[in-house]
Amino acid sequence: MSNVDLLLPLLIATPILAATLPIALGLRFDRTGWPVAGLTTLGLFAGAAVLASEVYAGNEAVTHELGGYPREYGIELVADEFSMLIVLLVTAVATGVLAYTRRGGPRGNTFYTAYLLLVGGLLGISLTGDVFNLFVFLEITSLATYALVASGDGPESAVAALKYLILGTVAASMYLIGVAFVFMATGTLNMVELAEAIPGAEAQTLIHAGFAFMVVGFAVKVAQWPLHTWQPSAYRQAPDGVTPLIAALVSTASAYAFGRLIVTVFEVEYLATMPNAAAVVLMIGCVSVLAGTVLAVIQTEVKRMLAYSSVSQFGLVVAAYGVVIAGNSETAFVGAAIHLVGHGLLKAGLFLGAALVAASYGARTVDEYAGLATERPVIAGSIAVLLFALVGVPPGIGFVSKWYIALGAVESQLWPVAAVIFLSTMLTLAYAARLLEKMYFTPPAAVDRPHAPGAVATDGGDADRDDSAADPDLDGNGTATAADAIRGGETRDPVSTGMVAIVVVAALAAVALGFAGGTLADLLSPFLTEVFN
Amino acid sequence: MIELLMDRYTYVLMFVLLGLGIYMVIASENLVKKLIGVSLFQTAIFLFFISMAYIDVEGASAPIVPHHGEPGEVMVASPLPQVIVLTAIVVGIALTAVGLALIIRIYAEYGTLREDTLREVRADE
Repeated sequence: MSNVDLLLPLLIATPILAATLPIALGLRFDRTGWPVAGLTTLGLFAGAAVLASEVYAGNEAVTHELGGYPREYGIELVADEFSMLIVLLVTAVATGVLAYTRRGGPRGNTFYTAYLLLVGGLLGISLTGDVFNLFVFLEITSLATYALVASGDGPESAVAALKYLILGTVAASMYLIGVAFVFMATGTLNMVELAEAIPGAEAQTLIHAGFAFMVVGFAVKVAQWPLHTWQPSAYRQAPDGVTPLIAALVSTASAYAFGRLIVTVFEVEYLATMPNAAAVVLMIGCVSVLAGTVLAVIQTEVKRMLAYSSVSQFGLVVAAYGVVIAGNSETAFVGAAIHLVGHGLLKAGLFLGAALVAASYGARTVDEYAGLATERPVIAGSIAVLLFALVGVPPGIGFVSKWYIALGAVESQLWPVAAVIFLSTMLTLAYAARLLEKMYFTPPAAVDRPHAPGAVATDGGDADRDDSAADPDLDGNGTATAADAIRGGETRDPVSTGMVAIVVVAALAAVALGFAGGTLADLLSPFLTEVFN
Repeated sequence: MIELLMDRYTYVLMFVLLGLGIYMVIASENLVKKLIGVSLFQTAIFLFFISMAYIDVEGASAPIVPHHGEPGEVMVASPLPQVIVLTAIVVGIALTAVGLALIIRIYAEYGTLREDTLREVRADE
């Protein structure tokens, strides 16, 4: 397998080229989008798996120079231990969400085009080794996201998408200014070359300013308080099948890119000597953790609550980056990397669960979730498991990452950060418990029925008819939920067994990864020894 | 100081444009003007990249090397920033196009391009 490095450009080029097919073929044939998207995504997943086995088995990075130009002035693609984690997450979540949308929607050729473009952009962010190329892929990802958000029902989605577009573009431009400054000081754009050139560069002020611009740009892209304002409305207004994809991957890829800049481009040792760099990154992260959780607790709508929860969870990742800079802490970096993967998986599962509940039960607010456990035990159980993993109850994946981050903070003697992490866990429990209490301990009739007509109005009406049709069924059968779900699939229930199965798989994976936390850390260790010397 | 300004006036110009652009995004109530502001903001960065290529090399020409010229004889600006800007312009155009498409949809749904009116209309619903 000497040509394994060819997989790198293929992983990026295939989805972007395939993105043109659904629309082009759609001019002549009906229903081509799904097979094209399905085949491409499966191929990407297989390619990512092969590449991952190569990288993790060989314990060294696979690189590819595009067009054969050396990396000094060409573009280099790099797959190392850190980036493969994100590549695997992207391809796995993309496959899961695509399978969900087969039945749950949205469908249509334009959706599949935007979807493939998004996946291509995300893989590009993960694999590129060039800071300007990173900007291009950030923008490809963002463009596809704007289009996907705007494809939601109702005019509100266009407003949310425009808000996201303006903020996102200014943020990416900020990053570009940073790239310009750093390029001016060093004369190169390749990440590895930059790492060599930055400490010895003459114009240190220029590099400091460049890093500052990059931090601001990524603070918007990752949705850090107070620059998060685009995120809740974008998540809320996007179609139910799209939100899991965006929530799990887009900000994750940006946060990954930010981490990559810190450890590979600027390098921890250099940033530690840069005045205030550690303090600023720590501050952004910690404030976001607290503000995000507090805002999540006061939300009434489930999708908005989960969106604010993302603000705080990414705050945790950024705070971990701060610990990495301040304390040269490997442990905190492992925590950040695992949290990126774990949070992506958890949020994909939770938003898919919320989409299922909205489709089958017509519930969108926390109050309307009352009695979900008796009516839809499998979905409620999966959501509960995912929520517990998000809070950080062992053996969920959230526990492993928070443990590593907190341990890193304690090892570096950053007590305020450690305090913030423990406090955030309690606050996370506050909003998770609200939902759990409604699902398991509040009887459905009291709250749900008066709200049902309202839910129908936002939901298109279909859900209610199927819901009421399924209800007597459930009462007659009592416990047989799996059978009920299968029969529901046959009688055009909006929720098929497969859709439920995907959420269950996400919940199981969150627990399984929790047990595999040590393995994940081991996989990262060659990268860590390289970065932290 | 004056000399520096004479030499580096394109940098000053860039920050003026950058400020104008971000001010338009923040202060203008008109959505189309906001988008023009975003475009201006990006264009300022493109100009910065281009001027950066010329500043270091005194009296440089555009990076088009005549094929009969002696190597080392022609002073050209660094071609890398220009390539970058070409790519960035394409990205910028795509963003403007998507933004305008969204604005058309908002106008079709709400019948207004002004943000304050839009806020009132949405609050009523």
